[in-house]
Amino acid sequence: MIRLEKRPTPSQTWAYLTPLVAVVATMIAGGILFAFLDKDPVVAIRTIFWDPIFGEFAFYYRGQLLVKAGPLILIAIGLSLGFKAGIWNIGAEGQYIMGAIFGAAVGLAFYPMEARWLIFPLMILAGAFGGFLWAMIPGILKTRFNTNEILVSLLLVYVAESILASMSLGLLRNPEGAGFPGSRNLRQYESAANNELIAGWGMHWGVVAAFIAVIFAYILLSRHIMGFNIRLTGESPRAARFAGVNPNRLILFCLGLSGALAGLAGMFEVAGPAGQISIDFNVGYGFTAIIVAFLGRLHPIGILLAGMLMALTYIGGEAAQASLGLPAAAIQAFQGMLLFFLLAFDVLTNFRVRFGREAAV
Amino acid sequence: MTALLSVQGLRKAYPGVVANDDVSFTVGKGEVHALLGENGAGKSTLVKMVYGLVKPDEGQMIFNDGAYTPGSPHEARSTGIAMVFQHFSLFEALDVAENVALGMENPPPMRELAASIREVSETYGLPLDPSRLVGDLSAGERQRVEIIRCLLQDPKLLIMDEPTSVLTPQEVDILFETLRKLQAEGTSILYISHKLEEIRALCDGATILRLGKVVGSCDPREKSARELAEMMVGTELKSPAATRHELGDVALTLKNLSVNSSNPFGTSLKNVSFDVREGEVLGIGGVAGNGQDELLGALSGELKSVSDAVQLGGKPIGHLGPNQRRQLGVLAAPEERLGHAAAPDMSLVENAALSAWVRMGMVRNGFIDWAMARNFAEKVIDDYDVRTPGSANAARALSGGNLQKFVIGREILQKPNILIVNQPTWGVDASAAAAIRQAILDLAAGGAAVVCISQDLDELMEISNRFAALNEGRLSEPRPAQGLTIDEIGLMMGGAHGMEVAHIHEEEGAS
Repeated sequence: MIRLEKRPTPSQTWAYLTPLVAVVATMIAGGILFAFLDKDPVVAIRTIFWDPIFGEFAFYYRGQLLVKAGPLILIAIGLSLGFKAGIWNIGAEGQYIMGAIFGAAVGLAFYPMEARWLIFPLMILAGAFGGFLWAMIPGILKTRFNTNEILVSLLLVYVAESILASMSLGLLRNPEGAGFPGSRNLRQYESAANNELIAGWGMHWGVVAAFIAVIFAYILLSRHIMGFNIRLTGESPRAARFAGVNPNRLILFCLGLSGALAGLAGMFEVAGPAGQISIDFNVGYGFTAIIVAFLGRLHPIGILLAGMLMALTYIGGEAAQASLGLPAAAIQAFQGMLLFFLLAFDVLTNFRVRFGREAAV
Repeated sequence: MTALLSVQGLRKAYPGVVANDDVSFTVGKGEVHALLGENGAGKSTLVKMVYGLVKPDEGQMIFNDGAYTPGSPHEARSTGIAMVFQHFSLFEALDVAENVALGMENPPPMRELAASIREVSETYGLPLDPSRLVGDLSAGERQRVEIIRCLLQDPKLLIMDEPTSVLTPQEVDILFETLRKLQAEGTSILYISHKLEEIRALCDGATILRLGKVVGSCDPREKSARELAEMMVGTELKSPAATRHELGDVALTLKNLSVNSSNPFGTSLKNVSFDVREGEVLGIGGVAGNGQDELLGALSGELKSVSDAVQLGGKPIGHLGPNQRRQLGVLAAPEERLGHAAAPDMSLVENAALSAWVRMGMVRNGFIDWAMARNFAEKVIDDYDVRTPGSANAARALSGGNLQKFVIGREILQKPNILIVNQPTWGVDASAAAAIRQAILDLAAGGAAVVCISQDLDELMEISNRFAALNEGRLSEPRPAQGLTIDEIGLMMGGAHGMEVAHIHEEEGAS
């Protein structure tokens, strides 16, 4: 018989080891899944994890890595702060969309004036503000009426998607676009474009912002009183109140900051890789970032690495779709499995597995 | 006296700690036998083995001349052993009879059950109405539900774990009457406590445990409380010495403080008024759950009130939060160590910063000076003899007594003008408790005002200048502690809950 025995203190080793074990388990289970789809599992796994970095077309894929990892890391850093305090912003996808709409709208409002020193910084502010605003809705509802921020933030994603559709069909539609939905292409508008800083690297301002966010979060959590209060609230809400933490202020801070970072990610995306507001602008970064945050143990450095790994599954997944004909849903299932295994193996951090007859408890 | 239960060479080890080692003792038929020991001496593990909740690693038990190896509490009950736990397992939304029925294997119809509850409660002098909701009962009455639940099984051995910790003195008297009646009928009782006077008053024999081992057995009626305590602790006990000093000006005033509890099952405070002078210790007694947590919260700033209701030297502070009050020198040490006074999984350094950063200047421009926090944590550990491998250890790795010393030390070393403590020595071994009480007295001698909320009346009588009691969120008029009789204290605490209900209603009707 297998039993779980609670450890006196959480195992430090397992806390670091579980993400790796989860990745390996996902590869195995994913391999089985691909085998059932009549694909060679070894080839599929190699296509997803190996080829994008070391394969024949790596020169192209490597640049994509940062393009995908940037928004994931930026959003996940914001989410991790709230998650640490037990504040569950599940609607980063919506805040990401609103950031993109606000950022793009500001840029388009100035078209065709050329003044990058003014327009691009304004777009950054507008993007952050859009995400912030969208996250304040669940925040204020929670602090005023004690609503559940998980539900409110999640449902607001669908509201944001509707706004996105209406914007790309109406207000922000390209007047010279022959009636097709979607805005002007911001990449072709010098003052608003968020193009690669170094050709071929995939490094744009959003990636820079992500790296800054990692450093910022690291310092906040380890040195600043606000980070201490966040950790304390997650550990023990009552002790936090005793320590003078105002729970409502903390909720607004965490939701607002994660919303602003998600909004920034959306703005950098719409002005860069995506280029325009369109109906299918959002591709699920806001949801995948939840996996990234947990895979990275809610730790800034961990999130940096986890973001890279998730970006790899995106790129590898696309490559596998193209070269092996794997369905897109298989890749999503694959990413979901990663979170599932991570949470499952997390048990080992707090419990020890014992085999054999039940001893006296 | 023939033996009913005989325990021989029991041993139980948990990872990293031996809870019981070679424990042997005997309970005679009709004997009230005490298990005496400090917290962590292994009393609970021992009775859990007797009650079938824990399986011993070694040793054997003999019950009624037959081998006894209970695999579950169910088996223990059918053998004739019943247990009243320190923490009750009752459903507040159900009435007394329903709660009793839930604990039975084959409950009779409700009408019959109610009748037998009434009968048992009359026979043993435990007044209880089977149709009342448990949620409306006092702690003492809830305990009666548990006792009656046990008595309906007609047990040969009744185990009681710290039964008096939730009772007023009057309720303790009622309980003792009942236990003596049971004893007269031939029921044996295994009585666990660390309150020595009770054991001397009630028990025929005692087994004393220290660090999991039996260190002696005696007839408690032939020993003084002091002798018993010294057997229990293993060293000579030093009683805290109160120095005589003049009281200063009024430091803290509460004026008609009323606050609602943030907890739906909590007790709201109603018109609480008192003042404490510099150098004074005000002891606040009362049965648990009568507003103690709320009073601490209202004083620490976790619960805000009308600003005038709490005054610091005449200055209204009721509207201020915990950190603003800390700046003014009002510090608090809550009852619950893990999860309120300290965060379980955080290190002692982080826990030192938790309440001390404001007053000790550990935060500059929003950034925490961790070196400073570490120094402070280590000073608390050194000065208050906190036993831990180091300040990087998590709070939950400390024993209760050591963590309590850390929490109290953390507040006292910040040099408070006012200190509010709730249950400062709850679950703390006798020597640590003495050290904590001494620290509180020394603080008062240095001119600070102390409000000590506690359920331990002996403790309050030992350290307080004046005494008041909380009863259903109301505070009695504080009276000088010296010369208060135990009867007077009991009446301040609300007398025997449930027995005086009719009497109180009459009074209210008259006024």
